[in-house]
Amino acid sequence: MPQIRFIHPDGTEEVVEGAGSDSVMRAAVSHGVDGIVAECGGSAMCATCHVYVEEAFLSELPPMSEVEDELLDGTASERRSNSRLSCQLKMAEVPDGLTVRLPDSQL
Amino acid sequence: MTRNDDGVVVFRENPFTKQWVFDPETLQEKLREAGPVVWLETHGCYAVARYQEVQAVTQDWATYSSASGTGLANYSKVKPWRDPAIVLEADPPKHARGRTVFTRALSPKRIRDLREPFQAYADTLVDAALDKGVVDGVAEIAQAFTLKVFPDAVGMPSANRHRFLEYGDMQLHSFVPPDWLDHDPYENQAEVADWVLNNCKREAIVGDGFGAVIYEAVDAGEITEAEGQNLVRSFLAAGVDNSISSFGNALWCYAKYPDQWEKLRNNPGLLRNAYEEVLRFRGPLQFNFRTTTKETELSGAHLRENEKVCVFIASGNRDPRRWPDADTFDIERKATGHMAFGTGIHGCVGQVLARLEGEALFSALLKRVRAFELAGEPAPRLVNVVQSFERLPIRLIPN
Repeated sequence: MPQIRFIHPDGTEEVVEGAGSDSVMRAAVSHGVDGIVAECGGSAMCATCHVYVEEAFLSELPPMSEVEDELLDGTASERRSNSRLSCQLKMAEVPDGLTVRLPDSQL
Repeated sequence: MTRNDDGVVVFRENPFTKQWVFDPETLQEKLREAGPVVWLETHGCYAVARYQEVQAVTQDWATYSSASGTGLANYSKVKPWRDPAIVLEADPPKHARGRTVFTRALSPKRIRDLREPFQAYADTLVDAALDKGVVDGVAEIAQAFTLKVFPDAVGMPSANRHRFLEYGDMQLHSFVPPDWLDHDPYENQAEVADWVLNNCKREAIVGDGFGAVIYEAVDAGEITEAEGQNLVRSFLAAGVDNSISSFGNALWCYAKYPDQWEKLRNNPGLLRNAYEEVLRFRGPLQFNFRTTTKETELSGAHLRENEKVCVFIASGNRDPRRWPDADTFDIERKATGHMAFGTGIHGCVGQVLARLEGEALFSALLKRVRAFELAGEPAPRLVNVVQSFERLPIRLIPN
């Protein structure tokens, strides 16, 4: 199964696996990764599964929908050029070993 | 067990009668145990009530469409009672325009800015309720709070807001018309619908709230004036009634299970999760409908094209296949993943706002209330599509 690397604000790292049909958010939540809140459960409503994608992987990700774009304008931690919502990234569509940084806060 | 010609289990009892308004849990269990997909003989439609199938149907908008209405009536066969909602009752690509504007108006940042005014009003309201001691938790807490903060956030005038409650009744009875009413729920339909729509017009909207954001999108040419009005109406129609119901239900939960309120008092960090558990355990919305766009298979059952599917959402949130001790109210449970707001593209767009309202109201109560006690028999609201209270006499015991 493909792997995702999460880097916490304090620098600690966690590597989790997820099935191809899952989202990166779902893989994080099912492994109890702190820092992914995902209150809305993946419906692109709440922007509490915000991640910063390591630059090297950015161009390999699927494009962003208008709704994701709007939601990222309202994240609790500042939006950057590498911001994405992890619920919108399907494991099957992201490169194995994708590395993302978690923001300071989601709420 | 009887099966229809396609092999789908036939469910013979009428699931929409008054009896089940008072006891939805028993109905939910019967439906879940009958099979993953059943055919409702009394209403001629399919139904799903287990977590897995509820989620599967709700997330597959292409097979299970909302464009023919989210009630029993199939808009491809009968005329809707009002113009269809342009986001809830639409599928992609038509769905996207309105949804994008909704998302902007309800952006998490805009909602965080409402925290302070919501909290201030919640504190005032709770002080007044404590002065009285015994209150109707529905009218004096849940309704009073929601009818103030929500239309304020939209930018609606403050007069006659109780008319939303009449609109709510009309709207809820339209899902599956009840067979027990001794009055016509639509007798004031034209008047109430006009009042709501007039209050959604540009001229009526004040300030820089959600309503103003929607009309900015009209000015920018993203949506038409009529679509703007339709979106404001959807905001109010969906947001007011369900929020009130959920807060009434939450008060009832804490009166019924005082140990859980005690737990919350000892650990206020559980506040947000506690509201999720209220929604899982006793969320307002019982069911809604989709329509099959083609022949399809679901969990081994064969479904025909252009048939209604009743999705028993609240039942999925009590499915023991998904939730250990599903019938236990436990605010420490990991309750995210419940579907009280729906899920998929038609999930509630205002859910972030509802959570903020809940947080403001219950943190105000948490500061000052040691315990809740029922001060009389609660009166359930006689509506089949939501579980909520008409009246909830409740005593607030101060710290």
